[in-house]
Parts: sequence; C-alpha cells; structure tokens
Amino acid sequence: MSNAPVDQGRRRFLTIATSVVGGVGAVGAAVPFIASWNPSERAKQAGAAVTADISKLEEGQLIRVEWRGKPVWLVKRSQVSLDQLPQLNSMLRDPESADEQQPAYAQNIYRSKKPEIFVAVGICTHLGCSPTYIPTDFDAHVEGVHSGFFCPCHGSTYDLAGRVFSGVPAPKNLQIPPYMFIDDNTLVIGEDEGTV
Amino acid sequence: MFKNLMNWIEYRLPFMEKMNLHVMQYPAPKNFNFWYFFGSLAMLVLVNQILTGVWLTMNYEPSAEGAFASVEYIMRDVDYGWLLRYMHSTGASAFFVVVYLHMLRGMMYGSYQKPRELLWIFGMLIFLVLMAEAFMGYLLPWGQMSFWGAQVIISIFGVIPGIGDDLTLWIRGDYVISGATLNRFFALHVIALPLVLVILVFLHIMALHEVGSNNPDGIDVKRDNDGSVEQTEADKKFTFHEYFTKGGKKIIVDAIPFHPYYTVKDLVGVAGFLLIFAWIIFFMPEGGGFFLEPPNFEAANPMKTPEHIAPVWYFTPFYAILRAVPDQLFGAIFMFLAIIALALLPWIDRGSVRSVRYRSGLHKANLILFCISFIALMVLGVLPATPTYTILARIFSFTYFAYFILLWIYSKNETTKPLPVRLS
Amino acid sequence: MIKHIFSAALLCISASVFASGGGVHLDKAPIDLTDKASLQNGARMFQNYCLGCHQMQYQRYARTFRDLDIPEDVGMENLMFTGKKVGDHIKNNMATKDAEKWFGAAPPDLTNVARVRGPDWLYTYLRSFYADPSRPFGVNNEVFPLVGMPHVLQELQGTPYKAYETRLVDGESKDVYAGIKTDGKGELTTEEYDRAVADLVNYLEYVGEPSKLEAKALGIKVMVFLLIFFVVAYLLKKEYWKDVH
Repeated sequence: MSNAPVDQGRRRFLTIATSVVGGVGAVGAAVPFIASWNPSERAKQAGAAVTADISKLEEGQLIRVEWRGKPVWLVKRSQVSLDQLPQLNSMLRDPESADEQQPAYAQNIYRSKKPEIFVAVGICTHLGCSPTYIPTDFDAHVEGVHSGFFCPCHGSTYDLAGRVFSGVPAPKNLQIPPYMFIDDNTLVIGEDEGTV
Repeated sequence: MFKNLMNWIEYRLPFMEKMNLHVMQYPAPKNFNFWYFFGSLAMLVLVNQILTGVWLTMNYEPSAEGAFASVEYIMRDVDYGWLLRYMHSTGASAFFVVVYLHMLRGMMYGSYQKPRELLWIFGMLIFLVLMAEAFMGYLLPWGQMSFWGAQVIISIFGVIPGIGDDLTLWIRGDYVISGATLNRFFALHVIALPLVLVILVFLHIMALHEVGSNNPDGIDVKRDNDGSVEQTEADKKFTFHEYFTKGGKKIIVDAIPFHPYYTVKDLVGVAGFLLIFAWIIFFMPEGGGFFLEPPNFEAANPMKTPEHIAPVWYFTPFYAILRAVPDQLFGAIFMFLAIIALALLPWIDRGSVRSVRYRSGLHKANLILFCISFIALMVLGVLPATPTYTILARIFSFTYFAYFILLWIYSKNETTKPLPVRLS
Repeated sequence: MIKHIFSAALLCISASVFASGGGVHLDKAPIDLTDKASLQNGARMFQNYCLGCHQMQYQRYARTFRDLDIPEDVGMENLMFTGKKVGDHIKNNMATKDAEKWFGAAPPDLTNVARVRGPDWLYTYLRSFYADPSRPFGVNNEVFPLVGMPHVLQELQGTPYKAYETRLVDGESKDVYAGIKTDGKGELTTEEYDRAVADLVNYLEYVGEPSKLEAKALGIKVMVFLLIFFVVAYLLKKEYWKDVH
C-alpha cells in the first residue's frame, strides 16, 4: 500500500484512453456481424443483370423477363401510341417524370432510351401487385386512351410510358430499371453504361 | 431529471443496488493471480459463442442435403462469413481451454471444498452441458468427422445392457445418423442447451457470490467479528456491501472491491486472451488440424469411414479412458466415472486446508501426476490405438483414478503447513 | 514468441497425427497465394485437365475470376467451359451414376481437397504416377496405391515409369529403386512439369480457402489493435492497483 497521493489526472486519462480503444474495438467487432447481412455473393449473382433478346418482339407485344425476382416488361410501342403520349399529360399525376423513378436517360416523354422499346419493372407502385397489360381495350378504364396498364388489385392505371393517371391509389410512375442495348436486338437489364 | 428517472427505476427494479452487491462493492480477495482470469474469460467465450452462433444460424441450413453446402456458402458467399464461422469453431476449442484451466485452478486451491460444494456442482453441470453442446455442434457441419464422430459417440450408449440398441436408435431417430439426427441436434445445440447453459452460469455466479470467492491462499476474507482479526487501515479504505458483513457479525479483511480493481485486471486478461484467440482465427483457424479436422472438409459419406477417427481434442482424455478398458461396457462406465469423480471432489477430499500451497508434498505430487495423466490421455486419445499406446493409456487411466482414491485416503489425516492469518 | 512456440508445437503434433501418406515422403509444395500468374495457370490447368471428371461445386467462376485478377470477359471466353453465367459454380455435366460405373467411385469434389489432403500430398501425388499395365488405366500411384484415376497429365509429363539403377550393395550388384522417370515424350520437361503441378496445387490451395489472404491482411490489423489495447489496459490496471499494493 503506497501512501503516495493518487494521480487523478493520469487515472482519468487512462480510463478514457481504455474506453476509447475498447469502444473502437467493439465497433470493429460489430463490423462482421453487420456486414454479413449484406446481400451475399449468391444473392448478388442471382440479382445480376439479365440479357433479353427482342428480335422477335412484335409491335404491340409485351414480353416479361425476370430480374432480381421481379417481372420486367419489354413492350414494343407503335408510332400511334407514342404520338398519343404527350396528349395525356393533363390526366397524369407526374407527366414530366419528376420523381426519380427512372435513370436520367429515361426521364423523357417516352420514359425510354429508344422511343418504341419500353422497359419497366412490372410492379404497381401502390402495394406491389403486377398490373395487367391492356393493348387494345384500355378505354374501359380510362376514356379515350387506347392502351395502357391496369392493376387489378386496387384499380390503378398507367399509360404506355408507365406514367400513373390521376385519381388512382398508386402514388408514382412505374419504375424503370437501368438497361442498355448491346445491339439492336439484345438488351441488358440491370446494367447500363454508367454501371459497367 | 436524470436522477429522478434513475430513482423511479431503482424503486421498481433495484439495478444499482444489485450492481453494488455483485460488482462495485463485492469483496474480492486481493491476491487473485493468473489462474483467476479463466472465469471471466469463460464468460467472454460464452458471449462469443452465442453471438457468432446466432449469426451462423442465419445462413446455416439444418438438413442432410443442405448442411455441408450451407457451411461452404457461409465460408465463401456471405460477407465475413468465414470470420464468423472461425470465431465460432475456434471459440469452441477456446471454451474448453479456459474451462479446463478454470477447473484446474479450483483443484489447486481447493475451491470445491466447504462451503463451495454447490458452486462446484454447478460448475460440473456447466462442463457436462458444454460437452453435450460441443458434441452436437460438431455434427452440424455434416462433414466426414461430424458424421463418424457422432456415429462412434452415439454407439457408446449402445453398450448399456438391455436398452442399448433401442436407446441409440432413439437418439438417432433413424437406423443411421441422418437428417433426423441432425435436426434434433441442431435444435438442442442452438436453443435448448444454450438456454440451460446461461441459467447454469447465472446460478454458478449467484452461488459464488453467496459464499464468496476463494483465493490462492484458500483462507477466507470474511471473518467472524469476534476480535480474532483486526481490520487494517487498508481494509477500512474500501466500502463493501453491508450484505457481506451480515449486520456486523463479519468483518472483511484483505479484500478489494471487484470494480474497479478486478474489472481493469480482467481487461488485461481479456486483451491477452484475445491476442492468442485472434491469432488462431486469422492465421491458423484449423488449429493444426485439432480445431477443425481435415476430413471434416469433406461432406459426410455414410459409405466411407475416414482412415483415422479421433474425437476433437477436448474429448480425447475421456475417449482414451474408454478405449483403454478392454471391455466395452466397463470402458463406457469408466469414462463416465472419470467425470463423476471430478464432480464428487468436495466429498472425496476430506481435508480442511484448501490451497495446495499449505498442503502436503504428497498432495502436490498427486496433483502433478493427475495433470500429467490428463494431458497424456489427451494426447493418447488423438493417436491411433496401437498396443504400446493402449498400455500407456491404461497406465495413465490408472493414475487418473488413483488421484481420487489417494486423495480420499490421505486427506483425512494430512500433514499440512500452518495457515497464515492474513492473505499474502 | 509464446504463440510461435505454441503454433510450432501444434504443427509438429498435427503433422505426426494427420500425415496419412502411409509412410511415403511428401515433397513440400511451393505455395504462394499472392502469385497471381501461378494461380491463373493453375486455374487453366484445372479447367483443362480436371474439370472433365472433378467439380468445384462450392466455388463460383466469378469468385475465381475476381480473386485471380482475371477480367470477366476474358475468363468467360477462355476458362468457362461449363455453366451459363459467371456466377455459376464450377461444375461439370457428368452424372454421378456414370462416374461410379467408369471409375468405381465418383471422382471427389475438389473444392476443399487441399484442406482435406494438404497441398504437399497433392503436389507429391500428381508427380507420383507410374506405368503399371496391371491397372485398368495403365497407371498406378506411389502416394495413393491402386488409385482409380487415370494419369490425366500424361501428355504433359510423358509416360512415367519406376526407374531402377544397378548399384553395388554389399559387394553384389543389385537393382535399386531410383525414383520415377519419364520417357521424355511429354510436352514439358521435368522442371516445367513440376512447376505446372505446383501452379495447379497452388490454385487448389486457394480454392480451399479463398478468404485466406483477406484473413491475413485483416489479422495483422487486429493484432496491432489488440496490442495497443493490451498496453492501455495494462497501464490502467497498474494505475488502479497502486491503491492495493
């Protein structure tokens, strides 16, 4: 037992130092636990970009491709339906696609890279149902519009650019995934020039 | 404001009161040495096992078809999965290292003697559950050693006369070790046994704090307040919880509050332990083939036995005893006796002097021989059973049990050194 | 220091316990996981000579390409003979039933073979085939007697045979076993062949534990951190224990 007075300053300094170093250690030890919740290699590989062949896609036709477990629609639109798109603006919630529901290159009136090829994630922005493509009789849902998408769950409607009509439950336009054309007939979904 | 909140809680759940009782004002003998690190280290490893174990279950698949592949998935596809797995597999071995050293500490300083018999029994129960936990956990990776090791150990139950075959069938839930066995072992390994383990650890610590910690001198820090011992100035410097003085009937000498003195000391032990632990995890996770056995990197194959099956190192002392006895049934009996003998130490040792420091030379020699026997059996259990090794295993099995028999004989009238009045 | 002794002791015991070569001396495999060129050549060897029968069903092409610095398109072009996507596991199309019929037992998966057998065993095994007309594939192996595997690297090594030399032993001339020689008709010289096998084993060692380099790099940081923590904790303990001593 020494009778020397306790050096409180040194004691406090060492206590703080140990706490800080120990705290850093605790944070470091937490890293593997937290990081292990990230998508694993298997999930990443399963969610990797998919390639779609559109050489046989006919005008007015829709094909589905699975990307990250979700349906992605590929629709070849006719010139007539493309011409109609600007006329619908007044009926839409977000006609200029101001919400970031698409990559920058799809923020245009057609919401696509090539006007005639429409690529979108086929999931309703309301509660996640997959809407139905109605190529000819869309008048029944929205008067004066020839074709579009109709969600059977709660009746949300979208035009052929995936833009949501006003007065339906869905809050946003359909999501456009990143994509790019390798050549005229081959499309990669999930990757674009910016991510490669 | 904060104080009011604390008071509000304290009134309903006396948290600070309990912290004072068990940590801030718990009188710990001032002379704990190196051997007293292993209790807190065992707690640390338990926490490590629970945390990494919970995280492993997030990606592990308990089925005969998917188990092996899911472990490879953890090792290759999950971010830091390899680290979590190695922390768990190395932790299993580390658990036994610290627990064996903790038990040896108890034997050296007579920590099982009156009034700490129940404390010792709880400790032995923890050891038993730990062995079951390790055994069942080892089946989960579904490698060759998992499968054949489990096959051998479950077969041990088959030697019980009359019910043996039915019992092994019941444990497996199938005619061979199969997905059914794997699933029940998984359930026990991740839920049932850890729960029991945590409860037992709680009881172990409660029992410890009731009777107080032993120490290398084996004499009490709580003395009768009858004037036979006086508190020094140093003793009076510290505040201990009034619970320990039993309303003035006891005085406390040569003790220090657990916090901060032993919390900061245990921190040094933790840092030292982690240096070794991390070294193994990062640089030699197989532990030279002892922590992760090479054949276990091959998926379980019921058609092909590995060339040499040895249990994991922490089971080998008992496994060596099993093999040393020529008769199957008696082999199993002696193996269980080896553990039961340890549990009965409080009654086998009839002496009143606890610490080896003040006991006879005979006792010291006996204890050293016991340690040598235990380590020798550990090594022999790993090696294949050649005739020479079998004879050696018999000799060391004999000296293992001789420890208890001799102890029972000489401890009644042992010549011991006089105990000091104060802790050194 | 203590840790070095500890690990050395463990290695000694384990070497004696787990050496399963049946008394055959094993050559030390020159493993270097940082040698990307060697690993790449090893991967090429595996794809060309092993994958026909053996799989690496837990390793993905993408992982091999990434860890070995092989660009994905180059890898897919030159190394991917099976699988459709770069994320697929390295599997072949051999049915297990057929394999059992052809070889007596299904060829083992090689993902973890370096961890099961050890790199030295593999390095020696692949250099220990010798001609033996009594065997179904015409070859036997010194390290793995009566092995059911053909010598797939024969076109590289040439036909190996057990060579005997006539030596004077106790005044008598006797034929003494002098190791395995080849007829020299292989594409590679003996040194080149050893190097190629070393590359293959290096790759197998990598695939056994792809996280190994990452573990070492992280391990050093953790050790440095723990040393600092140890020193600070020790100083703190000393400071407080001035009250006691």
